[in-house]
Amino acid sequence: MVLKTEHLNYIYGAGTAFEKQALKDINLDIPENQFIGIIGHTGSGKSTLIQHLNGLIRATSGAIYADGKNIYEDGYDKKTLRSKVGLVFQYPEHQLFETDVFSDVCFGPKNLGLCTEEIEERAREALSQVGLDHSYYRKSPFELSGGQKRRVAIAGILAMHPDVLILDEPTAGLDPRGRDEILDQIEKLQKEQKITVLLVSHSMEDVANYVKRIIVMNKGQVLYDDVPSRVFEHYQELETVGLAAPQVTYVTQTLKSQGWDIDTSVTTIEEAKQAILKALNK
Amino acid sequence: MLRDITLGQYYPASSVLHRLDPRVKLVATLAFIVSLFAFGSVSSYFVATIALAVVIKLSRVPFRFITKGLKAIFILMLITVIFNLFLTPGTPVLEVWKFTITMEGIRTAAFMAIRLIYLIMGSSIMTLTTTPNDLTDGMEKGLGFLKVFHVPVHEIAMMMSIALRFIPILMDETDKIMKAQMARGADFESGNLIQKAKNMVPLLVPLFISAFRRANDLAMAMEARGYHGGEGRTKMHPLEYKKTDKTAYVILLMYLLLMFLTSRYVKIETWLGF
Ligand SMILES: Nc1ncnc2c1ncn2[C@@H]1O[C@H](COP(=O)(O)OP(=O)(O)O)[C@@H](O)[C@H]1O
Ligand SMILES: [Mg+2]
Repeated sequence: MVLKTEHLNYIYGAGTAFEKQALKDINLDIPENQFIGIIGHTGSGKSTLIQHLNGLIRATSGAIYADGKNIYEDGYDKKTLRSKVGLVFQYPEHQLFETDVFSDVCFGPKNLGLCTEEIEERAREALSQVGLDHSYYRKSPFELSGGQKRRVAIAGILAMHPDVLILDEPTAGLDPRGRDEILDQIEKLQKEQKITVLLVSHSMEDVANYVKRIIVMNKGQVLYDDVPSRVFEHYQELETVGLAAPQVTYVTQTLKSQGWDIDTSVTTIEEAKQAILKALNK
Repeated sequence: MLRDITLGQYYPASSVLHRLDPRVKLVATLAFIVSLFAFGSVSSYFVATIALAVVIKLSRVPFRFITKGLKAIFILMLITVIFNLFLTPGTPVLEVWKFTITMEGIRTAAFMAIRLIYLIMGSSIMTLTTTPNDLTDGMEKGLGFLKVFHVPVHEIAMMMSIALRFIPILMDETDKIMKAQMARGADFESGNLIQKAKNMVPLLVPLFISAFRRANDLAMAMEARGYHGGEGRTKMHPLEYKKTDKTAYVILLMYLLLMFLTSRYVKIETWLGF
């Protein structure tokens, strides 16, 4: 499924004393099979934007097209849209409610009206995709650790077989290892299933290693929308909006400013290593 | 976030009314409502109208916010007015089918409508210009004398302010949980009553768990900071009457006196002939 937003605006509490324009003129194209990062400081409108993409929030003005159809048109089937555009919210506590992990993951496919076998098949598949085996099936979701809860929440959406998977800050509050594990699994999933993944984060470091495109949000607007290396060229501007480029950008930029002939478009540590070795050998 | 500290009602602005001691506002609102019912004459309602207009002007709250509360009582008002209009015995004015509208009926209906409208507008001004926290503070101090009768005033006020503080948080949370479940295909609208109640489970379980967790955390945080009930507790901003508050009380007394005098001695009704 391809998504397209056109001049999207959203105002919270329109007509009250607490009016707040959360989105300003957002124009985005989300194609199939792409790994995208959405980055922005807290309050920059990331969560608001992604809730538009599956029709949970209706834009104040502007339009969203899903496979070319305007989702705000009368009679558009929002329920199907929501099953195609899977959204995992930031706090897994907001969606876990069943007595055990397995039934909780079954909730989504059950709402799609599938037969029991199909539902259970999908739940097993989704749980293995996020790296949870049989021993977790009958556990209460409330006795799991933060990282495990998050995996269950992601599985709950994966079981609906979305074309577009949106994750709102899936690494917030996790330790570095838990973070890497989850991100590795998401990457693997994206490659295998060839789905589009939108990864929301406020940390460049998190997404730099994974995504092929970065959308930088600032004060409700899209500041940059480009491949990572091009976005990181603006590392000084990024700092002024409360973000930072990955540390390797600073390393290579510093080396370059000291007269080294080095490729500054690297984004991962491995690439940086190669670039430095290459510069040394020159 | 502002929306976190307030309960829908409060309108932030800088006005004399916003700065007034909450006790003054509570007493004045109560006095205003009592005066509407105690002094019912055309001339005293004239006084009340002017007083209300001046207070609205002073509050710097847009008029549409003040009349918002009226929508909620519209039906109630309609019923009251219709009953009074048709069921008050007296001099007939107009006959509609089996019902008679009387002079007295028109009078009572009009008075009743004005009372209700002013009552809502008066109390709206209070809640629009006072934060819920100030309100409970005002009540705690104003009703402090009840401690003599072993009423746990502080505890009640503390519970009220915690409840008020948590209402917007829980509303926010409800909204988020509903969205999270709707993203998984949950349906909170269609179906019959039993179906609907069953569909609420995915909303209520996370909501209750979160409410209990928050209550637990709050209790812990309060204890960690040495909270042990109202005994010997001091305030960071103790309520004290300032000059404007005293002036406000004097103005209130003058208003009440004027209401009393006009209702006694200025009979516009008799001049107009009803
Ligand atoms: N339910 C809401 N009501 C009012 N304002 C909101 C609400 N949710 C978010 N906002 C405001 O909208 C802006 C964008 O918020 P959000 O999309 O949550 O940002 P992010 O996810 O990037 O941190 C913020 O200023 C926030 O305070
Ligand atoms: Mg957010």
